Amino acid sequence: MTDILMPALSPTMEEGGLAKWLVKPGDTVTAGQVIAEIETDKATMEVEAVDEGVVEALLVEAGAQGVKVNTPIARLKAEGGAPAPKNAPPLRDSAPKAETPKAVAEPARAPSPVSTGGDRIVASPLAKRIAQQAGIDLSGLAGSGPGGRIVKADVEAAMRRAPQAPPQPNGSRALTVPQQAPVPKTLEQLGIAPGSYDLVPLDMMRKTIARRLTDSFRDIPHFPLTIDLEIDRLLKARGEINARFADHGVKISVNDIIIKACALALTRVPDSNASYTPEGIALHHHADVAVAVAIDGGLITPIIRQAETKGLAAISAEMADLAARARDRKLKPHEYQGGTFSLSNLGMMGIKSFSSILNEPQGMIMSVGAGEKRPIVKNDALAIATVMTVTLTCDHRVVDGAIGSAFLKAFKGFIEDPMAMLL
Amino acid sequence: MSQFDLIVIGAGPGGYVAAIRAAQLGMKVAIVERDQLGGVCLNWGCIPTKALLRTAEVYRNMQHAKDFGLSADNIRFDPKAVVDRSRKVAGRLSGGVAFLMKKNKIQVIAGTARLEKGGAAPKCVVKDKDGKEATYDAKHVVLATGARARTIPQAGLAPDGKRIWSYREAMTPPEWPQSLLVFGSGAIGIEFASFYAALGVKVTVVEMLDRILPVEDEEISAFARKRFEKEGITIRTSCAASSLKATASGVEAVVESGGKKETLTASHAIVAVGISANTENLGLEALGVKLEKGNVVTDGACRTNVGGLYAIGDVAGAPWLAHKASHEGVICVEAISGKHPHAMVKERIPGCTYSHPQVASVGLTEAKAKATGREVRVGRFPFAGNGKAIALGEDQGMVKTVFDARTGELLGAHMVGAEVTELIQGYAIAMQAEATEETLASTIFPHPTLSEMMHEAVLDAYGRALHT
Repeated sequence: MTDILMPALSPTMEEGGLAKWLVKPGDTVTAGQVIAEIETDKATMEVEAVDEGVVEALLVEAGAQGVKVNTPIARLKAEGGAPAPKNAPPLRDSAPKAETPKAVAEPARAPSPVSTGGDRIVASPLAKRIAQQAGIDLSGLAGSGPGGRIVKADVEAAMRRAPQAPPQPNGSRALTVPQQAPVPKTLEQLGIAPGSYDLVPLDMMRKTIARRLTDSFRDIPHFPLTIDLEIDRLLKARGEINARFADHGVKISVNDIIIKACALALTRVPDSNASYTPEGIALHHHADVAVAVAIDGGLITPIIRQAETKGLAAISAEMADLAARARDRKLKPHEYQGGTFSLSNLGMMGIKSFSSILNEPQGMIMSVGAGEKRPIVKNDALAIATVMTVTLTCDHRVVDGAIGSAFLKAFKGFIEDPMAMLL
Repeated sequence: MSQFDLIVIGAGPGGYVAAIRAAQLGMKVAIVERDQLGGVCLNWGCIPTKALLRTAEVYRNMQHAKDFGLSADNIRFDPKAVVDRSRKVAGRLSGGVAFLMKKNKIQVIAGTARLEKGGAAPKCVVKDKDGKEATYDAKHVVLATGARARTIPQAGLAPDGKRIWSYREAMTPPEWPQSLLVFGSGAIGIEFASFYAALGVKVTVVEMLDRILPVEDEEISAFARKRFEKEGITIRTSCAASSLKATASGVEAVVESGGKKETLTASHAIVAVGISANTENLGLEALGVKLEKGNVVTDGACRTNVGGLYAIGDVAGAPWLAHKASHEGVICVEAISGKHPHAMVKERIPGCTYSHPQVASVGLTEAKAKATGREVRVGRFPFAGNGKAIALGEDQGMVKTVFDARTGELLGAHMVGAEVTELIQGYAIAMQAEATEETLASTIFPHPTLSEMMHEAVLDAYGRALHT
């Protein structure tokens, strides 16, 4: 008998949703057979059976959210366990008693540092609400109710202790002061009547977006740099390339060219291709450009790896494939995690200019507005040019104004003179 | 070495429950009782009155047989048989307590106890019915001596056992009354008023305060009053008795209302003007046990100011309810054995009156909730809007909820109508589990039941009631 555990589909995955079971109890599965689909914060992934056997029980219902990595999700009975084939190792029959505890014990020591279960806060509904209203962090409280349940009296006691600030050093009862853990007010508190809206449940992706972007916007000292680019030459070059290589199925977009130009500019100004870490500034060897793709229910940023080494046709083809699979939520974690720079383009939506929120740990993100004909001053005379405004949001801890400007200058050079990208 | 770990004085619902819990926790326990196991509750209170009120209910229903498509003629009752049934019910339960004592190996000591100064705890001297005394000692002594009907002799509000009754005579009437004056409109007075009125006695309830069932929510009091009056009970509120005396043919009371004196007469009277703790002749003064307003003063773990001495139930003060006594018994004993029980939250003790209609409540009344300075949300639902109530032929009643508007805490729940005494526990659980309005609103109540009104009264507090 073996437990199938909730797999970690990426190094950072702590929990996932069990989207769908593809087997049912009693089914015989073979190693490698897809048995379930797991929904992570970004994608839906398939889970394959490692061993063969008969599904004895499904321990987690389809549709379950927040299943912790390494918790058992199904139980597999080794096929034909009792009458073992002659050539099978005898251990199989005689050892299970000794083996089982080991197999069960293992998940506890599994790589994930997050405790499996047990970290759920047990508190009465009233205690939760009063704590929320008072900005008390329940995780720091000891419960005096049945089974250690946190009850109203515990929260009220904490509220009485709270003003006498310095939290007790032992930590177990320490309070998080409200400023550190801002608790969102309820809509009702903010004057929105209950029943005047529909509530769409937060899926994994929405939770991840909310958490990551809140952290980023709040914690990273960010600033925008804006520049106008003339793109008439770029548009002309693009038209020529697409006309010339149409037979080869080539259809380069402006965005593909921007990806390439970004990659080259990052290589040209290596200090801009950076990430902040407490140990030091990481200067990336390659320009892994993450491109924001809007999908149903959110967005995702598939990555063109080592974009500085790739030609426009390759970038274009790769982008088309990634975007299509992103929309089906079929990307694998390595395809959307770990870029060194991000690109967000709302030009096709007619947005003139905007600034994006940094995608940690990247040092910069570029926001691309619409290319449009604008009056410009050329040689002291009014002229018309197709102009595109881009805004670069920089993490000031690694990219100072001068570095960001140097990057933009290089980028502008490539965009306004696309031939330079051939060099 | 002590003979016992724990001696309990008094075998009412507080004392015998404390004894059982102590035995469960491995203590060697004795319980002293001067009368009958089960105390007033089983023998002279809660249980026998419920038997009487059941008779009243069946009788009332028979009188309304036509409403249900039945016919019943010549409906009569035999007072002796009615009372006999009530006594049989009480006797059966008292026997049940004796069995429980035996099963839990609790030594029952028959006699009257008094305390003397001892070591860690007072010594317990028990005088049996032959006047022989024996001394017992224990590590802990729990006073559970209960209470008795309060009397106000200066106003004549003292039973004489013939014409002027306490609950005891009211339960085993020496003769059947033609008319009754009931002094006091708390649960006891109202239950007897309801019982006798149902059996055709002309009943007048005299209450000093401005409303009946004064501990209940005002709206519930007012509702109940109307129903009782419809049942034929005369109710006089803001009406103080200045004298009551037996005459050759009955009783005569002088009452004062709005500055005017008048004389009320009846064949008999019931005095139900409150409860006095049984603290006398126990040696408490000599031990220096602290009393306040006649009750033994205790802390959250039922400890008195004297080491090794505890007090639970009526002797330790209001509310005078059997379930409060039992609960304190458990808290007291668990604290003694080193567990850490929560002190009792008085606002979570439900109270029930088994009249027709019944009244039940838990928590704060609307007025008291507002008096705490909180903003409240109040929900109401009438029995007339409930299918089950209509099917039962009991469409008069209401359920009321009081919530803290800010936190959604259920502060109080108040009900009047059929079977509400069986319903109130739902709200008590919700309070103890600290459910908010959200939990209650999302709870599924079965249809068709009276309990659906509990749901509706919650929804109504938030403007969401479905059937109004």
